[in-house]
Amino acid sequence: MSDSNQASQSSLSQMSSDEYKAIAKKHEPSRPVIRNCIRAFLVGGLICLIGQCIQEFFMSVFDMTTKEAASPTVAVLIIISVILTCFGVYDKIAQWAGAGSAVPVTGFANSMCSAALEHRSEGLVLGVGAKMFKLAGSVIVFGTVAAFIIGIIYALLGFGGRG
Amino acid sequence: MQFLWAFIVGGLICVIGQLMMDLIKLTPAHTMSTLVVVGAIADGLGLYDPLVKFAGAGASVPITSFGNSLVHGALTELERDGWIGVVTGIFEVTSAGISSAIIFSFIAALLFRPKG
Repeated sequence: MSDSNQASQSSLSQMSSDEYKAIAKKHEPSRPVIRNCIRAFLVGGLICLIGQCIQEFFMSVFDMTTKEAASPTVAVLIIISVILTCFGVYDKIAQWAGAGSAVPVTGFANSMCSAALEHRSEGLVLGVGAKMFKLAGSVIVFGTVAAFIIGIIYALLGFGGRG
Repeated sequence: MQFLWAFIVGGLICVIGQLMMDLIKLTPAHTMSTLVVVGAIADGLGLYDPLVKFAGAGASVPITSFGNSLVHGALTELERDGWIGVVTGIFEVTSAGISSAIIFSFIAALLFRPKG
């Protein structure tokens, strides 16, 4: 356990990590921004189109207004997303579509479901229960805080609310 | 016609998210959180409702509408119950989304093993 041995070892690991970085950089595809955007547009648009179809279905079959149909539409999309996540399909779509599958509400459900599945082995309470919101939690926290601040601003300015 | 606008507007919101991830190099979590806050502010300014009216699910399916619904709930109960409504109303509209995501994810975790 001489110092020189340690030093050479660390320099070796330093070198190999530099080398690794160089190699990684050479092989890293330059982010194909335009291609990613086209994919995100197509898949995101398609998911919203499916949502629109489900909404129209609820409106015509159950005689709902647009507002009433919104909640069941979201619920149906979430069920579809959870099922696709269980069979590993949603993650394949996500690899191809990037933000196109992450931004719609289905991506929110996907992040919760995949976290729940991933941590299942740690038990129902510490795994599924505690880790389910690993990714979705930040969305809920920031959304809630923002909504609270906006609500307070409305109240302070005396706008009252909106029906 | 609304089907077309749902596709275009929904797609464009996803493109904005993709650009935030690719150009500003935000993580997906940062992107989602930012979009939710943007949606909340847009509703605070009264801009999101016209978009939903125009694009239907194109505006109500992306995560921005989650921020919009949170503000909607807060403002609706503010009108009805006064100050305390801001706190009690926040989750009123989004309850369907959050509850069903929790319930179905839990059931899924009971039934399935992770894939891939």
